[in-house]
Amino acid sequence: MNNMKMVLRCLVLLPLAVIGGCSESSTSSDSNTSSRPTLYYFTWSDYVDPEVVAKFEAARGVRVVVDSFSSNEELLAKVQTGMTGYDVVVPSDFMAGIMGRLGLLAELELERIPNVRDLESHLQELPFDPTNRFSIPYFWGTVGIGYNADVVTEPPTSWEALWDPQFSGRISMLNDEREVFGLALRALGYSLNSVDPQAIQQAKHKLIVQKPLVKAYTSDQFDQLLVAGEVVLAHAWGGPVARAMRERPSIRYVIPQEGGTIWTDCLAVLASSPNQALAMDFINYLLDEEVALLTSKRLLFASANRHVRDRLPANIRDNHAVYPPGEVLPRMEWMEDVQEAIRYYDRAWTELKVQ
Amino acid sequence: MKRIPTSFLLNSMMVMLFLYLPVVILIGMSFNASTMGIAWKGFTVQWYQKLVMDPSILDATLNSVFIACVSTGLALILGVGTAIGLEKNQGMQMPWVNMVMVLPLVIPEILLGVALLMVFVLCRIPLGFGTIIIGHMVFNLPLTVVIVRARLRKLDPAWEDAARDLGATPWNVLTRITLPMLRPAIWGAALLGFTVSLDDFVVTFFVAGPGSTTLPLKVFSMIKTGITPEINALSAVMVVVSMICVGLSWLFQQRSTVGSSESTLS
Amino acid sequence: MTTCLSTSSAFPVKLILLSAGIFLSLFFLVPLLLVFGVSLASRGMYGGIAWIATWENYQRLLDPLVGTIFLRSFLFAGLTTIVCVVVGFPLAYCMARASRQWQLLLLTLVMIPFWTNFLVRTYAWVLIFRADGILNTFLMRLGLLEEPLSLLFTDVSVFVGLVYGYLPFMVLPLVVAIERISPQLEEAAFDLYASMGAMFRHVLLPLSKPGFIAGGVLVFIPSLGAFITPYLLGGGQKMMLGTLIQQEFLVSRDWPFGSALSFGLMGTVLLLWFLLGRTSYGRNSS
Repeated sequence: MNNMKMVLRCLVLLPLAVIGGCSESSTSSDSNTSSRPTLYYFTWSDYVDPEVVAKFEAARGVRVVVDSFSSNEELLAKVQTGMTGYDVVVPSDFMAGIMGRLGLLAELELERIPNVRDLESHLQELPFDPTNRFSIPYFWGTVGIGYNADVVTEPPTSWEALWDPQFSGRISMLNDEREVFGLALRALGYSLNSVDPQAIQQAKHKLIVQKPLVKAYTSDQFDQLLVAGEVVLAHAWGGPVARAMRERPSIRYVIPQEGGTIWTDCLAVLASSPNQALAMDFINYLLDEEVALLTSKRLLFASANRHVRDRLPANIRDNHAVYPPGEVLPRMEWMEDVQEAIRYYDRAWTELKVQ
Repeated sequence: MKRIPTSFLLNSMMVMLFLYLPVVILIGMSFNASTMGIAWKGFTVQWYQKLVMDPSILDATLNSVFIACVSTGLALILGVGTAIGLEKNQGMQMPWVNMVMVLPLVIPEILLGVALLMVFVLCRIPLGFGTIIIGHMVFNLPLTVVIVRARLRKLDPAWEDAARDLGATPWNVLTRITLPMLRPAIWGAALLGFTVSLDDFVVTFFVAGPGSTTLPLKVFSMIKTGITPEINALSAVMVVVSMICVGLSWLFQQRSTVGSSESTLS
Repeated sequence: MTTCLSTSSAFPVKLILLSAGIFLSLFFLVPLLLVFGVSLASRGMYGGIAWIATWENYQRLLDPLVGTIFLRSFLFAGLTTIVCVVVGFPLAYCMARASRQWQLLLLTLVMIPFWTNFLVRTYAWVLIFRADGILNTFLMRLGLLEEPLSLLFTDVSVFVGLVYGYLPFMVLPLVVAIERISPQLEEAAFDLYASMGAMFRHVLLPLSKPGFIAGGVLVFIPSLGAFITPYLLGGGQKMMLGTLIQQEFLVSRDWPFGSALSFGLMGTVLLLWFLLGRTSYGRNSS
């Protein structure tokens, strides 16, 4: 009787394992068990679009497995170990530069990616990879201030708006070392890629002054906080603010006069990828005008493909959170790798957080 | 019925409420038509529909369940045996053995995750289901050992001695006396181990490979886009399924206790 | 307690013991040694590891900045543990003294919320604490509040999140410990005219000590290294130990320093555990 109970127990676990196993083999990473080649796509959680992926799978008869990450550093940390198995990755501008320099990215055969010719003019010949040797811009955007016009009746014109004691406890900043310090540096008149320890210290002190006013340092919840009314001024990326606008029309987006970060997330192929040709085809597919149009409409990000802009509905095209007005572009600065100086930033950031 | 102070009963009810409050909210929100925020925007089952059609979340859940079953199962087999072996064997009663056994539970999870990653990378073991299962076993095994051993110590050796005297082989003693007496502890270890494995984030984060996303990993990456209500729907489903399982096993227990004589727990 | 070796001489047991030993050595001890080795190395240019030996990482542990973070995390974890004890003990007592069927039911009832995903459960507290969240809406409807309380992204919200996450780890060992105490001891105390309070103080609590220690360890240690809860409920405001370690590994990518920090944390924890163990080591080990 007791033996039976033990056996029963084992039997309970086994079928569960078998059921799980059956589903596992359908998501298995062994390409020898499935007859279709499999492509592994590692992208920002914001950019996951199952419909687009399914179309590619159907058109090419392949499987695409999508995993996501939420920060550049996370991407690098995972890829640096070299054991990932991913084919296509999506690093941001300066991270693409770093990864390229570290030899982590494969050289792109641009003949396989004809859509590279459709890049927006300001996205061509970027400092970190002028010839698109290992990366191609996918989406781009800006960093600015998202605010609730019902409460913040005067549209902010400067980053100093985030230091306004009137809105104490209702301000949020990104939880990103370079972005936060970049903002403070720009507000002080320095470049956001400054490697001067003094400038960084000044920025730190300015941020410490701000800290009591800050509700949260968050890179992914500021849109919800804006919608909830918990926060009325947010240091923000454009895309999420555009999406928040759909939920709460009183939300606006503005880029301060000091200018800020312009960013682009790039498509790249890992050097360790076993499917480089397929990966490049996928990149070309993602950059295709029709596909990019669909994704832009759904995710409210500005596509790097210049033909998409005119085909978008006016409410997206004219939305400054998605497409910044042309006169703003010269004021924007690309984030670059600061090399050893990152240690000053690291330390200053930790000191800021400990307050 | 023993005397239990009313304040304790009250406290227990409040704690239960406290434990279930987030769960109730999740279930409630799963029917809310709003994509962000609390404000009730109408009743809807669209999130459940989306859940059924979203392969990635379901895949992640099945992955999690599979990994939890395998790692808990293996940990049980190894763990129960280890506990018995350690407890009965005089030569193994050294304090440092206890220490090493419990160490995986004591060190910060992030250290464990990173350490495992480094080993896998160095030995060129591809990251995937296998590495995650190994990672989970590293903390499930000690967990099982600790729980089973605690119970083992309280067992009256008289039963085993009697069985031996009656000519039972060591194997018989093991399977007919020791293991059944350990049943509550084995269940406890299985339950706890399964739960911990299902929920594990840190270690899994470091040793997961492409295509082996578990639910916690999937949820973490979804937080960036704001938890879509699909996850609320999934949580609601998981809770209901668990409750059904519990109800069934309770009923089953009721039936089985009627016939057999139950030994007291202490 | 038992001198009987017959069970252990059952062949499978020895084999299992050996396999377990090999498994743990390979996938636990060796990795730990590796990390220790890394903690003595230097940070590569873009993060990662440059194999140049140095003590610098451990020297940095003595930095007052790190010390502040250690202290804050210790206080948080300690407070969490205490609250878990206070809140969890009555529940554990009720569960331990319940009839067998109830016990199993209660046990699994306590576990069910923990079969929903930890991240989602913790995130639900964001929904509760938000300015437009459940708690504030409720209190304002009742007229107790005029303006919403700013509870989210404070020490309070992190604290509640931690207690919520680790409560079962306190309750379960306590249940096991209390169960072992024969109810007859309690009856005896009452027979000797002890009040309920006195019975608890002099009989139950001292005898439950192993449960407190086990539970305490299972709550204090993870709370110390926690970083998900502070991340979701803390709004990136305060740097705690877990957050710092995670930041070193994933953001600054200073793996050697991160390893040194982890070892520092582990060392402190082991020290505490050793001291605790000295006071109650014996037949009842955690």
